[in-house]
Amino acid sequence: MVTRGFSSGRHPPTDNDARIPPGQYLEQGFPVLSAGPTPRLRTEDWSFTLKHGPRPIKKWNWTEFNALPLTRMTRDIHCVTAWTKFDTAWQGVLVDDILADAGIAPPTAFTLALSFDGYTTNVPAKDLLDGRAMVALLYEGKPITPDHGGPARLLVPHLYFWKSAKWLNGLQFTERDEPGFWELRGYHIYGDPWREQRYTGDP
Amino acid sequence: MSEASAAQSPWQTARITRIEKRTPRVTSFFFKLSRPFTHQAGQHVDVRLTAPDGYQARRSYSIASAPESAGTIELAIEKLEDGEVSPFFHEVAAVGDEIELRGPLGGHFIWSASDGGPILLVGGGSGVVPLMAMVRHRTLRKSAAPVALVFSARVWDEVIFRDELIGLDDRRDGFDLVLTLTREPAQRASDYSRRIDAAMMVQATERLPKPPTLAFVCGSNAFVSAAAQALIDADVPAGLIRTERYGV
Ligand SMILES: Cc1cc2nc3c(=O)[nH]c(=O)nc-3n(C[C@H](O)[C@H](O)[C@H](O)COP(=O)(O)OP(=O)(O)OC[C@H]3O[C@@H](n4cnc5c(N)ncnc54)[C@H](O)[C@@H]3O)c2cc1C
Repeated sequence: MVTRGFSSGRHPPTDNDARIPPGQYLEQGFPVLSAGPTPRLRTEDWSFTLKHGPRPIKKWNWTEFNALPLTRMTRDIHCVTAWTKFDTAWQGVLVDDILADAGIAPPTAFTLALSFDGYTTNVPAKDLLDGRAMVALLYEGKPITPDHGGPARLLVPHLYFWKSAKWLNGLQFTERDEPGFWELRGYHIYGDPWREQRYTGDP
Repeated sequence: MSEASAAQSPWQTARITRIEKRTPRVTSFFFKLSRPFTHQAGQHVDVRLTAPDGYQARRSYSIASAPESAGTIELAIEKLEDGEVSPFFHEVAAVGDEIELRGPLGGHFIWSASDGGPILLVGGGSGVVPLMAMVRHRTLRKSAAPVALVFSARVWDEVIFRDELIGLDDRRDGFDLVLTLTREPAQRASDYSRRIDAAMMVQATERLPKPPTLAFVCGSNAFVSAAAQALIDADVPAGLIRTERYGV
């Protein structure tokens, strides 16, 4: 339905359109969204635990985690509130490298990302592997600020950004695909921006 | 509940039935829904504009009206000068126009009279909009839940819903309004003239008969960061604080 009096004057179609998923607009800034206050975490108190169900498989402190191989990833990111940001540059530890350090292959097909503030979000294990996702430690070469999830956040750039959990402190393999915080509150269980999987019931 | 409501919220067209200027920069648009829904106070809708060449812009807007206003919803939209969607509403949209929207959305930043209280609401600028839905819902449901609203605006004339809020405050029925102006002296004895800080949050919680069971903070990102930190510094447990950030 065409909206009377609305024109695309400000956003003429460009070559970039192929990079912008449906319903998204290009954002130059980096908006912040979260469900609660920003946790202020000291790296001395930070840890990351890999779990299979309730059972811890391996736990790293900040120093140990930073000794894992660092990988660069520059990606476009897409927030369900409709902004897309091009070429965000991150460095962190690939989930592949975390599993390698723990000496395991994924024990189940699903995961829940766990955060210090109690936030959770579910991601199928295959979406985290083969270089598709990392635990990011740096944004544009600098430590990630608390507002953006520092000291460490998940980065799954091919899914809507609520899947890239901030203030990450663990990854849990689960037997079933268990909805996390927003998935229990009306957001899509998977969240593919290219298929516009924003809310429960979207295709 | 929220899962079901999202699943049942495809795009619909809604007709603008009334436009009301609230402040120099904020105008309310009343939409008659073609597929009426009942929202929860605090929820938002997504609005989608489509150009003749197919280009679309979508943005989220909180619902200002109470759930009891079923069938018609009010959105209070602040005009951002270089923005894309908010200037369209202020400069182009007219009564009778049909706009596509989808909702109700969001299942976290919500309050119902049956949740009880006391609750503390903290809004900055247009961040008062979802809080207004909660305040109106409380009134319409004749809820006795104690509610304190701390509302920060730059100047007296930018206090959105000012007369309505002061009218509700004057009823002394457990709703308490605290205005704070950041660029003008306070106009009422109980109000402030500074940015929100921990001392103000301590005094706001003291206006409630008991510590709040929930606090809702909404506004720009900078506002929400500062206000949520002030609440934490005022010993409101982080786990009780819910935030909604308008992004910029
Ligand atoms: C859940 C939720 C609820 C919301 N509820 C409300 C509400 O009740 N009321 C309300 O008024 N808003 C609300 N918002 C904010 C709203 O969704 C929009 O973000 C807001 O209206 C701005 O949209 P816009 O298209 O006018 O501006 P945009 O085009 O998105 O621009 C936003 C800002 O970026 C700047 N900008 C844009 N493009 C450029 C550029 N190319 N270069 C430099 N700067 C640029 C503009 O100056 C502007 O200040 C809500 C947001 C969320 C997420």
